[in-house]
Amino acid sequence: MDFALTEEQEMIRESAESFLADVSSSQAVRKAMMTEQGYDDEVWQRICEEMVWPALHIPEIYGGMGLGYVELAVLLEKMGKYLLCSPYFSTVCLGVNALLVAGNDEQKQAYLPQIVEGKLKATLAYTGMNGRWDAHAVQATYQTTSSGFELNGQLRFVPDGHIADLLIVAARKEGSQCEDGIALFAVPATTQGISRQWLPTMDQTRKQAEITLHGVVLDQSTMMVDENEGWSKLSTIIQLAQIAVAAEQMGGAQKTLDMAVDYTQEREQFGRKIASYQAIKHKAADMMLKAEVARSAVYYAACVGQEVISEDGDPVLIDDLPQAASMAKAYCSDAFFFNAGNAIQFFGGVGFTWEYDCHLYFKRAKSTETFLGNASYHRELIAKQLLDADGDVS
Amino acid sequence: MKLQFSAEDELFRGEISSWLADNLTGEFEKIRYRGGPSDEHMYPAERHEWEKKLAAGGWTCIGWPEEFGGKNATIEQQVIFHEEYARVGGPGRMGHIGEGLTGPTIIAYGTDEQKQKYLPTILDGTELWCQGYSEPSAGSDLAAVKTKAVLDGTLKKWRISGQKVWTSLAHESDWCFVVARTDPQSNRHKGLGFFLVKMDQPGVEVRPIEQLTGTSEFNEVFFDEAIAEDILGQPGEGWTIAMALLGFERGVSTLGQQMLFQNELDTIVKVAKSNGAGHDPALRQRIAEAHTGLRLMRYNAMRMLSDPTSGDLDKSALVYKLHWASWHRNLGKLAMDVLGPESEICESGPYDLTRLQSMYLFTRSDTIYGGTNQVQRNIIAERGLGMPREAKG
Ligand SMILES: Cc1cc2nc3c(=O)[nH]c(=O)nc-3n(C[C@H](O)[C@H](O)[C@H](O)COP(=O)(O)OP(=O)(O)OC[C@H]3O[C@@H](n4cnc5c(N)ncnc54)[C@H](O)[C@@H]3O)c2cc1C
Repeated sequence: MDFALTEEQEMIRESAESFLADVSSSQAVRKAMMTEQGYDDEVWQRICEEMVWPALHIPEIYGGMGLGYVELAVLLEKMGKYLLCSPYFSTVCLGVNALLVAGNDEQKQAYLPQIVEGKLKATLAYTGMNGRWDAHAVQATYQTTSSGFELNGQLRFVPDGHIADLLIVAARKEGSQCEDGIALFAVPATTQGISRQWLPTMDQTRKQAEITLHGVVLDQSTMMVDENEGWSKLSTIIQLAQIAVAAEQMGGAQKTLDMAVDYTQEREQFGRKIASYQAIKHKAADMMLKAEVARSAVYYAACVGQEVISEDGDPVLIDDLPQAASMAKAYCSDAFFFNAGNAIQFFGGVGFTWEYDCHLYFKRAKSTETFLGNASYHRELIAKQLLDADGDVS
Repeated sequence: MKLQFSAEDELFRGEISSWLADNLTGEFEKIRYRGGPSDEHMYPAERHEWEKKLAAGGWTCIGWPEEFGGKNATIEQQVIFHEEYARVGGPGRMGHIGEGLTGPTIIAYGTDEQKQKYLPTILDGTELWCQGYSEPSAGSDLAAVKTKAVLDGTLKKWRISGQKVWTSLAHESDWCFVVARTDPQSNRHKGLGFFLVKMDQPGVEVRPIEQLTGTSEFNEVFFDEAIAEDILGQPGEGWTIAMALLGFERGVSTLGQQMLFQNELDTIVKVAKSNGAGHDPALRQRIAEAHTGLRLMRYNAMRMLSDPTSGDLDKSALVYKLHWASWHRNLGKLAMDVLGPESEICESGPYDLTRLQSMYLFTRSDTIYGGTNQVQRNIIAERGLGMPREAKG
């Protein structure tokens, strides 16, 4: 048992820190977030070519670096800290994970090397119009045709859906319910019948889109998994993504704590630093507790994620994925929101301005809290495991 | 980062668990799951016997260096020991203050002679210790202690006079370590000494204090020219040693404590499943939150224990007490809310509380002893975040 970062992981963390401090300053974030595209092409290019981050946990046989989920979490923590505006999350934490979990070898060969080279951006499109995150969210439908499939329906809240080149689409057999009848497809975004609409969002650092599928004709090779495995694979992909969001949230929770404490050391009122007031100190201590426990939650969940994507993962840990992901997502959502909200309070009036960065974090905290299920959603999932497992619910 | 224990550690787990299976039986069966926090007043004599049994099996003080009779067990092995111990309902340890606090402090600060004199009886489970820090006017502010120590020229020993309070298990203990003022002119943390005092002597009087549970596990202890057998370190070093000792307090035993918490949470979940509380959406949220909090406490502890030299880990250690104490206090309330109206009904009259009632009431002390939540927050803000220190009166 060892729960400390390895030297290599520490190195990734340090290089991420210095790179992101450089390319993702407040000014850079504000510039990128004002665009519909949502990121700076040059920064994205450097992320792909110089840092080779999209390759991080892609296996070497597909040209990747073959590192693990803990390394990814370490990187995401820093991206969360710097509010990086980029298609990294959608491409890697949704797209790559979907291909790794549900893609066949041909699909992996077709797309993963392109992602490594920075030529392909991907995302996961599974949520329909009903605002849910569980199996009911899948509302788009597919029909089997003589040569393949036809997809119809509307997808909403799709991260970077307007700029992704590859859409991993979840659709259900017409008339199917809940977890049944769900299949996954790897669909090039340029396929005929797909129209995409950017949705302006309160958190401008995270772009969302609505995607309409109107008689989209696909051939056999696009299917990743059929209805037998669709939901089980999709839920794994979603859980891996929840861990990734939690890692970003943890970075944000730490950053808002640091910003807030730094400010209280500068600002004086009533003749002393506001940091010297116990009401402030104690709140800061609570924020630190949240950031630290969030860190533990993320590291554990990332270790579990690692087992899930490994060839020979530990079955006990793999079984813990749903709970590890829910714990991390629930705790980190609350922690980030708590810290980001308190940061505004610590800054006082200037915390309420557009000029100061507090609001960027506060908005990111809310959007990530909602995305893939908020804390109460996840606690209910955990409660189901604890309380309803024996099937004794009446 | 690695979550699994090594094969060697798993062997060690097998050793302790089979020893416990073979020995925590017969006369000791009735003290399984007894005597832990909130149940400390139960079966002291039987639990003391158990200490000796544990010692005979070589299972006391396993983290101590071998030269002092320990096993020099690794952190992992200590974690495993505490986990297995709690898993089978190992009785609340009467010897934990000696093993976890006095012993390590004597090993760090004692003379060879003192080590030879005190360590063996801690090791074999025969002599029990208690902690004499708090006084009526020195609680959170320990540096305000007034208890005096005066050197007796003829005896060549220090004599202690004053009053300690909230001294847990003083009535069961053979020894007390006492922080007292060696220099009457001194104030605050200067001029203190760290003394080892035998309880069974004319100058020591122990009066039990009744707790809000109606039971009594802590006491007032009055010293009237009581003879201190020894002073640890030099006069004036008392504060340093007292603080070092508190450092030993946080550590591997926390993992065993978590196993006890798990037992409590399991009980609550069982109740919720049987009485319908498990269908209440608000209670479901709180049960899931408690479950999450406990699991994350474990990963926090693992981070804390993984590499005590890395800067990051100091932080997980700093927040640890505040986290578990607040978590446990919430668990107490959750237990009552899950029980519903039954939570009011005692085991028997006149005031024999159920285990969960006891737990609920006792959790109110978790956020007080060992540094109150407020004091913890001061420490976190000052040491963890570099915020200004509190103004002193
Ligand atoms: C069950 C139990 C067992 C114990 N066992 C032992 C034992 O074996 N040996 C021993 O020596 N002691 C023991 N104690 C004593 C314990 O360490 C003290 O109770 C504790 O340190 C608090 O001191 P106090 O009770 O004097 O409260 P006070 O220090 O008077 O605190 C009262 C309130 O003021 C707050 N406060 C105090 N200072 C500050 C500050 N600077 N900033 C903000 N708020 C502040 C506290 O948080 C608390 O809410 C035990 C206590 C309990 C409850």
